[in-house]
Amino acid sequence: MMKFRFRRQGADPQREKLKQELFAFHKTVEHGFPNQPSALAFDPELRIMAIGTRSGAVKIYGAPGVEFTGLHQDAATVTQMHFLPGQGRLLTLLDDNSLHLWELVSCGGCAHLEETLSFQPPSRPGFDSASSLPSLSRVTVVLLVADGARAALGTEGGSVFFLDVGTLTLLEGQTLGPDEILRSLPDDYRCGKALGPVESLQGHLHDPSKILIGYSRGLLVIWSQAARCVDRVFLGNQQLESLCWERSGGTVVSSHSDGSYAVWTVGSGSSLVLQPTEATTPYGPFPCKAINKILWRNCRSGGRFLIFSGGMPRASYGDRHCVSVLQAETLVTLDFTSRVIDFFTVHSMQPKDDFDDPQALAVLLEEELVVLDLQTPGWPALPAPYLAPLHSSAITCSAHVANVPAKLWARLVSAGEKQSPQPASSASSWPITGGRNLAQEPLQHGLLLTGHEDGTVRFWDASGVALQPLYKLGTAGLFQTDFEHADSLGQAAEDDWPPFRKVGCFDPYSDDPRLGVQKVALCKYTAQMVVAGTAGQVLVLELSDMPAERALSVASVDLLQDREGFTWKGHDRLGPSTGPLSWPVGFQPLVLVQCLPPAAVTAVTLHTEWGLVAFGTSHGFGLFDYQCKSPVLARCTLHPNDSLAMEGPLSRVKSLKKSLRQSFRRIRKSRVSGKKRVMNANSKLQEANAQLAEQACPHDLEVAPVQRRIEPRSADDSLSGVVRCLYFADTFLRDAVHHGPTLWAGTNSGSVFAYALEVPTATAGSEKRPERAVEAVLGKEVQLMHRAPVVAIAVLDGRGRPLPEPYEASRDLAQAPDMQGGHAVLIASEEQFKVFTLPKVSAKTKFKLTAHEGCRVRKVALATFTSVACEDYAETCLACLTNLGDVHVFSVPGLRPQVHYPCIRKEDISAIASCVFTRHGQGFYLISPSEFERFSLSARNITEPLCSLDICCPRGTACASYRLHESPKLSQANGTPSIILAPRSCDGSPSPARSKGAGDMPQTPEATLSPLSVDSATSADTTLDTTGDVTVEDVKDFLGSSEEPQKNVRNAVQDEACSYPILIK
Amino acid sequence: MNRSHRHGAGSGCLGTMEVKSKFGAEFRRFSLERSKPGKFEEFYGLLQHVHKIPNMDVLVGYADIHGDLLPINNDDNYHKAVSTANPLLRIFIQKKEEADYSAFGTDTLIKKKNVLTNVLRPDNHRKKPHIVISMPQDFRPVSSIIDVDILPETHRRVRLYKYGTEKPLGFYIRDGSSVRVTPHGLEKVPGIFISRLVPGGLAQSTGLLAVNDEVLEVNGIEVSGKSLDQVTDMMIANSRNLIITVRPANQRNNVVRHSRTSGSSGQSTDNSLLSASQQAEPSFEPEDEDSEDEDIVIEDNGMPQQIPKATPTAQSLESLTQIELTFEPGQNGCIPSREVNLAPVAGGTNAESETRAPNQKLLEEDGTIITL
Repeated sequence: MMKFRFRRQGADPQREKLKQELFAFHKTVEHGFPNQPSALAFDPELRIMAIGTRSGAVKIYGAPGVEFTGLHQDAATVTQMHFLPGQGRLLTLLDDNSLHLWELVSCGGCAHLEETLSFQPPSRPGFDSASSLPSLSRVTVVLLVADGARAALGTEGGSVFFLDVGTLTLLEGQTLGPDEILRSLPDDYRCGKALGPVESLQGHLHDPSKILIGYSRGLLVIWSQAARCVDRVFLGNQQLESLCWERSGGTVVSSHSDGSYAVWTVGSGSSLVLQPTEATTPYGPFPCKAINKILWRNCRSGGRFLIFSGGMPRASYGDRHCVSVLQAETLVTLDFTSRVIDFFTVHSMQPKDDFDDPQALAVLLEEELVVLDLQTPGWPALPAPYLAPLHSSAITCSAHVANVPAKLWARLVSAGEKQSPQPASSASSWPITGGRNLAQEPLQHGLLLTGHEDGTVRFWDASGVALQPLYKLGTAGLFQTDFEHADSLGQAAEDDWPPFRKVGCFDPYSDDPRLGVQKVALCKYTAQMVVAGTAGQVLVLELSDMPAERALSVASVDLLQDREGFTWKGHDRLGPSTGPLSWPVGFQPLVLVQCLPPAAVTAVTLHTEWGLVAFGTSHGFGLFDYQCKSPVLARCTLHPNDSLAMEGPLSRVKSLKKSLRQSFRRIRKSRVSGKKRVMNANSKLQEANAQLAEQACPHDLEVAPVQRRIEPRSADDSLSGVVRCLYFADTFLRDAVHHGPTLWAGTNSGSVFAYALEVPTATAGSEKRPERAVEAVLGKEVQLMHRAPVVAIAVLDGRGRPLPEPYEASRDLAQAPDMQGGHAVLIASEEQFKVFTLPKVSAKTKFKLTAHEGCRVRKVALATFTSVACEDYAETCLACLTNLGDVHVFSVPGLRPQVHYPCIRKEDISAIASCVFTRHGQGFYLISPSEFERFSLSARNITEPLCSLDICCPRGTACASYRLHESPKLSQANGTPSIILAPRSCDGSPSPARSKGAGDMPQTPEATLSPLSVDSATSADTTLDTTGDVTVEDVKDFLGSSEEPQKNVRNAVQDEACSYPILIK
Repeated sequence: MNRSHRHGAGSGCLGTMEVKSKFGAEFRRFSLERSKPGKFEEFYGLLQHVHKIPNMDVLVGYADIHGDLLPINNDDNYHKAVSTANPLLRIFIQKKEEADYSAFGTDTLIKKKNVLTNVLRPDNHRKKPHIVISMPQDFRPVSSIIDVDILPETHRRVRLYKYGTEKPLGFYIRDGSSVRVTPHGLEKVPGIFISRLVPGGLAQSTGLLAVNDEVLEVNGIEVSGKSLDQVTDMMIANSRNLIITVRPANQRNNVVRHSRTSGSSGQSTDNSLLSASQQAEPSFEPEDEDSEDEDIVIEDNGMPQQIPKATPTAQSLESLTQIELTFEPGQNGCIPSREVNLAPVAGGTNAESETRAPNQKLLEEDGTIITL
């Protein structure tokens, strides 16, 4: 008995070393579109673009694959960003009025985007008593002057301050107060009013010592800083929004809050200009909204581009998010689906050029980035190679497929190209081309599938740093919905003017919530896939290179099997479209199976070799032979007491019933306690004493009334019948001699059903099996005693390795499973992992995660981890994400904990729910509705940005070009910082304004890190990960690890006994 | 013949030992080879044979060197009995149906005389009725206070054993804060407290837990720093065999430490841990949580059966069965001194055990924790 005491074994150094070679945690890159962008900047020299967000993240993008990320220490909104042109430095202004200088620095051969300096202006007068500075109130605009050596800060009080950028210190004595300006104004303009905040600051194109200042009240001033005098004054009277110089410097355009813009000529005559040469309200005459920003770009071909945001007629189109592009007589009103944050043009910056000749217009919207090619007639939109709006419709599920065969990849790409033909001219002209991607071409293709609320499945190229859309599958067309054509009718009713043009693909509105995709699985060898949705629809599709026209074959499976006493109160099933439908090249449906009742599909699995698809809902699961188009099996998993499951997932009835029940309980309770109040004097005395006692320990009074019931799960907990996972395996279910196809299903209440399947075998040479009925016989039923939901099931072969996917073994793509030794089944519940022997089901090893750690399993997957030290050494492990957001890795089949890392904040439930693991130890989760964070658990298999940027040395010395390498990401841009970057001291003189001390940069990557982005498993053990739940993977070598340091105490008994059978060479 | 045997035993040259067996009023004397006593089953058969009671279920006991009446029901205590018998092994046989369970046990030497006289003269009028205690194989774990000797007096480690009861655990926990003495003075730290006991629930019926008790550990894992939800999950995950260490709100009912005396064959426990009070390693046995692993598997014939633990090695199957049927060596059915049981035990257990199918006995706990 004593031997079972807790053992805290010392770490075995050999195993520890091995673990370091196998496992390492990095958050590597963020895919998708930054959440809540708030600022945009573009460096025309380096051709890189920066996006700032409301959470304080800064992201820099160049050519595809070139990405840098940084995060401000304070999660404040980035309101403005300005590149120091050509220097790889960026000045940011946050809404807490602080300025930060970021730099792309090289550090020991690798580089990061790094915050070097920050500056918090003195906020109150007299705060800094040494200086007699006027209060530096809220900074409204920032202008970099003198090649970025100095910055002019326009403030809310109307002053302009000057700042030395090298040290981020205020240059005293140069401040320009509004009084100085007012002095040179005519009296009748002054009329006692203040000038208002500085609205715009623009440098003078020819004289660096002059700046153009625009005040909110409408006054424009050209100020000569050298002479400290007003050079020119334009007496505007309309509230100013923005200013822009014409290229020649002879004209200024100003935009105003009434939706007008005015053109001012900087003539050589009087220094006082009273009237603009031209004032237009483009969308007049009715009241218009403000033009927030205006750009003036001229062209060699004649005509000018005026590009402005806003200015729409307030009454009719005041709610539109528009950018107008006006060239000569051509006006296009770009109509976006989300708010316009900022925009810029990519144009010639050569000083000797007389023309801007804008190539492209980039518009940053709240939800996407749209780039228009301004040199191609019609100004088509350019497909973005990154910043894909993942959330164009809300993501409802995702799955990753590793090692996609080149053939399927090519077919997918060509199907995608046919779907959205690209104009050949603009195909190669993505204008933001800064930096070079040094990452090697990924050795294998990774495919990320996202299912969306609107019934689409999007295929993304997840092989590298930039997540690119490949193909989009829409399932809405298969169904009759009430909402069809409503959109187009509304469109037609609109007037021709303004000339709206819908741009962008962000469309958050779903026609019908029943279309939502719940589960996706893809077989990469047969290019067959299954898409299952909210209304119980299970769609089996196959990729076809030919367009086709045929009717949809429909079947339905009743999962209730005449179970009485249940009525479905949820949504109706989707009516399938009738008649022949035409299918373009791409995935075309083979069959549609509809579950009855039409509850959301909760689990799905596909076995293409057997031609079977299994699906589960909250009521039961079904097995369908899609080759013969006949149902094989339907099994109801409802517990007789579980009436709640019947009422549908969206039912209000349920919540009403629940709340009614609760309120009755409350009433009853209060009655009971009311009775208690009627008591005799004796008990009153007792109560008084009790109260006294309570006061004696005051901590009891402050507690929150939240309490939790401690009770083992019972069979009749609600929704116990929900099918959580389904799994096909060729294994030994009946006896130890004959193996055959089996189907496994796990439910929410810890039940596992195993069916033996009778699948007619294909005759030699033919792919298709004979048309005989498939049979399913219930073989085993396991009820886990702890009744926790079963999240995954996988069968391990005689060598303790997961079985390969369909077709892998038969096509020699994976090592055939060991059918000699005893198989075992790994059942992962939310609380425990357990390995049972087969065919006689008896517990072999287990790990009780919840009992030990107090966390629950959310996602598990089997993944292969290849050693960094030796490419031939790999282990298959169980990766697990818990409800606390931690990632744990366990050995298989020993189930001993290997490593664990904090990954996601536990409050971020949607991130935890969205997590998907890949086969090779990476993973994705949503850090916002629009962004996937990619992380890596493997020490070898890391996909991270590796890029270089040619930067003019910013220190004023000779320009040199050096390579920058992005290191593994050190911080996460979206408010969940893992490491806060320590600001590094700059080469400037120390300044009191520097708010943070010097510190060296965080660690360089370990020497053992492979610089390659490689999924290191060879092609021989390529497998499929479609469900995102269980992935099964091959191992070349599995070292029985009897020498693990962190022994699972509860496994101690079994460990000793089992280490021998587990040890496999 | 008797004489010669006694002589032989006394001289030790033959290595045999005299056995005096009493059943009812009858005595039988025979000899055993001390070095090769054989198995308990064989001995049991021998006894049945010599007393000519082949089909009668009997309880076998012996008087140990202290005069305590101890049961013989497995190989281990049989061997112990043989090895300690000097010179004579005195066996007492009782019919199972009329067995006097109270006679067994480690009583003090003072009481021992009475016990023996009770057994030796069964017709002797008893002064007070004893509580009937079933045989060790019928024992089941019950809720109890454990590890009294290694915990500080202010703490209480309670095992709530749900096995075989239909009662709900019946308690709720909540967040709260408690005042701790730290190097920086008194500090308020967040803690988890019992907020409510359901009337009639297991927690309430044991009387071991009370509202406002602070939960310190759950099955050996400290809860400090864990959220209410985490602790809830841990407790539910361990709910079949929940061991919670609490700081009782009412400190007056604490177990008095100096009552910790060991019986003649009681095991002494680790006293050194006393000083290390708070950081004491959890000393309950992790393996007995296997109780909750009796996942039920239904084979294709439709008969549910519980899943046995896989036998680690084929050869050990036989011995494993033995061990699981019997109980831990060296314990001899004595009360482990570490367990102070405040819960009502008694009766009922017999009937319950008989309802179990014989093959299910395999699946019972290893019998390492037995409370009397």
